[in-house]
Amino acid sequence: MAEAVIRIEALFKAYDTPAGPFPALKDVNLAILPGEFVAIMGPSGSGKSTFMNILGCLDRPSEGRYFLSGRNVAELGKDETAALRNRTIGFVFQGFNLLPRMTLADNVALPLVYSGIGHAERRERAQAMLDKVGLGSYADSLPSRISGGQQQRVAIARALTNRPSLILADEPTGNLDSHTSQEIMGVFRALNDEGITIVLITHENDIAAHAKRQVRFLDGRIVHDAPTQQHEAASC
Amino acid sequence: MLGAMLHEAWRAMGANRLRTLLTMLGMVIGVGAVVLMMAIGQGAQYAVAQTISSMGSNIFVVLSGYTSAGGVRSGSGNAPTLNVADANAIAELDGVDTVAPVHWGSVQMVYGPNNWNAWVQGTTPSYLDARSWPLADGAAFTDSDVRAATRVALIGRTVAQNLFGDESPVGKTFRIGQAPFVVLGVLAPKGQNLEGRDQDDLVVMPLTTAQRRVFGTPFQGSVRQILVKAASAEAMPAVEKSIEALLRQRHRLRDAADNDFTLRNLTAVADTAAETTRVMSLLLGAIASVSLLVGGIGIMNIMLVSVTERTREIGIRMAIGARERDILAQFLLEAIIISVIGCAIGLVLGVGGAALANQLAKMTVVVSGSSVLTAFAVAAGVGIFFGFYPAKKAARLDPIEALRYQ
Repeated sequence: MAEAVIRIEALFKAYDTPAGPFPALKDVNLAILPGEFVAIMGPSGSGKSTFMNILGCLDRPSEGRYFLSGRNVAELGKDETAALRNRTIGFVFQGFNLLPRMTLADNVALPLVYSGIGHAERRERAQAMLDKVGLGSYADSLPSRISGGQQQRVAIARALTNRPSLILADEPTGNLDSHTSQEIMGVFRALNDEGITIVLITHENDIAAHAKRQVRFLDGRIVHDAPTQQHEAASC
Repeated sequence: MLGAMLHEAWRAMGANRLRTLLTMLGMVIGVGAVVLMMAIGQGAQYAVAQTISSMGSNIFVVLSGYTSAGGVRSGSGNAPTLNVADANAIAELDGVDTVAPVHWGSVQMVYGPNNWNAWVQGTTPSYLDARSWPLADGAAFTDSDVRAATRVALIGRTVAQNLFGDESPVGKTFRIGQAPFVVLGVLAPKGQNLEGRDQDDLVVMPLTTAQRRVFGTPFQGSVRQILVKAASAEAMPAVEKSIEALLRQRHRLRDAADNDFTLRNLTAVADTAAETTRVMSLLLGAIASVSLLVGGIGIMNIMLVSVTERTREIGIRMAIGARERDILAQFLLEAIIISVIGCAIGLVLGVGGAALANQLAKMTVVVSGSSVLTAFAVAAGVGIFFGFYPAKKAARLDPIEALRYQ
């Protein structure tokens, strides 16, 4: 079996609060293999956002180990985790988070700036990514000129531009209507079919249904971890 | 990478043009003030240096003593205590470059319908040497003129204008009383001295002529003062001491007796004047530097606002792989660009202002390359210094908090 993209062992995370430490994650164990499409579900306060921040190397576990592509994240310095976020992980946010003053092409090319890639190649790769999400003709527009669904496509293009092995999407359809949401999920499924590993946070069942595997958090613990029923039925 | 960062800094500054311009204005005023004030201060120093060099450098004046008759004392230069032999003895001392005995007084001169009262210096040809005084026209008198007490004279520009008007004075004859004097040459103009006295309002003639044919002397060969030029500024203290010792010995003064002459060091006066203008120019620079400091604080203030406004942007950049130093460099670069552009505009305005002060107020201004370079270095330094704290603050943001910031 191939090496896990994500392997988490006995992970705990506690926050300091005035009332003492608050345990956000308790003894979480999880392995995600290359090519998986995992939906992480749970009510607010269940710890799924904390878990996502740790997966994205934005936060560090209090205890336990987290291996990303075989490397123990806890042992890495700040610059190295920045490099992981730059090259290994692609982020997609609920609020799209495009930089408003930059053209779409510049937004998509931004991760390449931090990889030290030259201007001509940045431009070329950004254009290719925009073409891939169907917005190639908007390269020189500003984000405010396009719709929310289109902005999220651009955000996906930005996440993909440095060819990561993992896409982390935090409620990517939370700000979109149901029709556009289905479109965006279609984009994710197409990417997953190309072999990209996708981890998606959502609290909507019909969105989670697009994933191949569903992991459910409650009070900082994983309470459910199983393949998606409909998906299995559909694929049989 | 740098190209992309410059581009982004430019875009960030362009997003709020008025604010960027106002921030720059602080630097413009600061640098402009420093450049202008330094130009005025250095101009003043230059003007004083010019005046001082017109007096001649490394000069001592030995004045003869005063007479006392019935309790009425006459003032320095009136007693016949110095003579030409004293001057010759001083010339033999170590560290003495040139010596010129001087006998002076004022006389009424007549040329045609014009007459003029001027100061006469009877001296030797070395006088012009000691005072570094070239001739504008004609030739100087010589030692043989001094020996023969010929009736010749060199005149200053002011005398030439008042006595001869537009005529060329060289070769012309004017009268003192009934005696005719031939003008040998015209002295180059020196302007005012530090006390505001017109140095060009004088006549220089051979010592013996002044002594025998113009003023007369109470004792043969006595002079009112001796001008001494030391070989170098370093030699002056030693020369001063040896002149005093020599004259006391020659005049056979007992240890308890006061000097029967007065020794003056003109360089000390000049040094005081130079020091005064130097302090003034430092003061001007210091005051101007305060405005540069205020400009720097303006930059810091705006950069802090900018970091707060762009918190979310910083979070996004960190999430997609910006390292702390990328964020630091981005904000630092912005601060430096603002201060360097502000500095460049300030330089232009400062130099322009200096030129204007020169044109309108006839003020001597000196814009030196070093003051321009200093202003530029200080501006870049101000950008780095006042940009660093906000940039560090941006780089230290927690990406999770920053992404949540609305």
